[in-house]
Amino acid sequence: MGRGLGRDLGLTRTPREGPGCAALRPLSHQISTTMSSTKRVSTRRRVARHVAARPWLRLSGVLGPPLSWLLLAYIGALVALLITSLHQEVTVGLITRRITAPGLDNFRRLIETPVYRSVTVRTVFAAVAVTVIDLALALPVAFYMAKVASVGRRRALVILVTMPLWAGYLVKTYAWSTLLNPESGFLREFVGATPGYGIGGSIVTLAYLWLPYMILPIYAGLDRLPDSLLEASTDLGGRAGRTFRSIVLPLLVPSIVAGSIFTFSLTLGDFYVNRIYGNKTQFIGNTIFSNFSANLPFAAAFSIVPILIMVAYLLLARGAGALEEL
Amino acid sequence: MKKSYRLAATAMALALVAAACGDDDDGGSSGAQEEIGEGEGAISILAWPYYAENGSKDPEIDWVSAFEDDTGCKATIKEFGTSDEAFTLFGSGDYDVVSASGDSSLRSVAAGDAAEINTSLIENYADLAPFLKEKAWNSVDGTVYGIPHGWGANVLQFNTEEVTPAPDSWGAVFDPDSPYAGKIAAYNSPIYIADAALYLMATKPDLGITNPYSLDETQFNAAVDLLKEQNAIIGEYWSDYVQYEEHYTAGSTVMGTSWQIIVNTLQGADPAVPVDSVLPKEGSTAWSDNWMIHSDAKNPNCAYKWINYITSPAVQGTVATTFGEAPANLKACDDQADHCAAYFAEDEEYYNQLHYWTTPTKECLDGRTDVDCKDYAEWVAAWDEILG
Repeated sequence: MGRGLGRDLGLTRTPREGPGCAALRPLSHQISTTMSSTKRVSTRRRVARHVAARPWLRLSGVLGPPLSWLLLAYIGALVALLITSLHQEVTVGLITRRITAPGLDNFRRLIETPVYRSVTVRTVFAAVAVTVIDLALALPVAFYMAKVASVGRRRALVILVTMPLWAGYLVKTYAWSTLLNPESGFLREFVGATPGYGIGGSIVTLAYLWLPYMILPIYAGLDRLPDSLLEASTDLGGRAGRTFRSIVLPLLVPSIVAGSIFTFSLTLGDFYVNRIYGNKTQFIGNTIFSNFSANLPFAAAFSIVPILIMVAYLLLARGAGALEEL
Repeated sequence: MKKSYRLAATAMALALVAAACGDDDDGGSSGAQEEIGEGEGAISILAWPYYAENGSKDPEIDWVSAFEDDTGCKATIKEFGTSDEAFTLFGSGDYDVVSASGDSSLRSVAAGDAAEINTSLIENYADLAPFLKEKAWNSVDGTVYGIPHGWGANVLQFNTEEVTPAPDSWGAVFDPDSPYAGKIAAYNSPIYIADAALYLMATKPDLGITNPYSLDETQFNAAVDLLKEQNAIIGEYWSDYVQYEEHYTAGSTVMGTSWQIIVNTLQGADPAVPVDSVLPKEGSTAWSDNWMIHSDAKNPNCAYKWINYITSPAVQGTVATTFGEAPANLKACDDQADHCAAYFAEDEEYYNQLHYWTTPTKECLDGRTDVDCKDYAEWVAAWDEILG
């Protein structure tokens, strides 16, 4: 019974195999299989010969599945977001929802409503502030790690810099929440002042959270910078400041851009820090979150905004020639 | 033998299809489950904090483990902090049951996420308070989608050492010259607009608000303006109750709308946080929660078993005393007479005085037909403006 049923369903093994399987199998394996079964000049062998003669087929066999996954999951999601954002939800009667014909109403509302403009400006301001703070902290640390510290100390520092990444995002945010508490937090008790839970507190926390993402690319960039260049600059009479401005900084721009893409985009997308800090500061992410269940198309439209800002940022960076070495 | 097996399988498949499709001409009860079968061995529960506790917060607070032992349904619990979250998460289809408040239950029904419940399978249904059953927020046209769990009012919580004299009015959180400015909390959900409307009901009778969830343009704008003004004195808009408790412990928040469970937790903490709660003289917004089953629940039998368990008298008594609410099952009051008296669990008149979370709609809920009311989408948009 089992065999009969199996054949009906195409479950039993037949000597035939699809071309996809042959193409995906490693070459060495294909060769050994072909050699051990020379008697059967099988379909498999013909397929193998067919594929071997056509490099594009091999390539598409190997790259096809991951690429189509990328297209579906990444680009597909973005397209779905865009399509959703062009629709409109209408409440009819009690709670019924109807999605009306595509239009730009959501984007018009985003531009015309003052509160959404100020949320966007505030978020971009925070992203810039976080990036600047991280850059100011990362440059000296990375320079020390790459050019000054001994090998042992350098290793220890790399571990120390990456260590915060081992702990969860939430754990670190809750920890900062206790540090920043305006009544009895560590900063109030021992430093005497705290940015509290407003936008200042959010910026400080996010700058802490994303700092490793700025240090590591700059460290890698400085590591590639030959010491001889610094020595040559000194030999030619360049002081530390001049050497930094004329030699180090221009060569570091790609690394700084790489780091800033992380700090900038991660801040643009963040909403949880504000949520934990009591929602006194609204970022784009918070507004998306609050509209998500009540008005999905509008939330989708607002999600497009950080994407557009990032595209503009990358175009700007490319215009400045910063992406050529990435 | 081969043939007979296939025939049997075909017959079974057809029977399943027929059962799944149901018979639309049967009337109201055709879609509901007919009996509780063998448990599926698992259940996914979406619940307000402290509604489904398995000892993970406090080993003493655990009624889910006994359910797992009794039924063999291994429970996965997911907590939510606002009704919007509940509605969205339940809509994902990953959960078998949800403890829904009135401002998300009807939306879930309208979205097709809620299954019709066969009340004859709910052993304790007869013992549940009659004024909770088949209400606008758990039933539609006589079809039951929600089984009552418990109810209570949103209370005004305050730090007894910092806030003196003790407040007795919601005016304490709306006073622009409050000495506690910057340390006052509001609840971060559009439904909080109703709290402002409730306060205006008492203080500005000219507006003619009779139901804080049914606001026309003028009434709505008055409530939104009050909240925008309140923004200046607010220290936090809370949605994460753990963080909210933390801020009372640290002293950065001293007063705000709250749930009784938060008061109880802080009073029972070590060291105890000096807080107390009051039901202000204006009355209060409130919740009346119901268990709902997802229309595509993967574990419908365990879902019914869970609802039977959570509505049984002993468990209701435990949940109600832990959370600080009135139990739906009045038999729970046999062992918890003091608690039931304190929360007016059996007092229908008291129940009717509170204003339960419900979804605002364009068609005014208070029966007015000459004017349009603001629907929930507009409440959400206004909430964005209030937060700034």
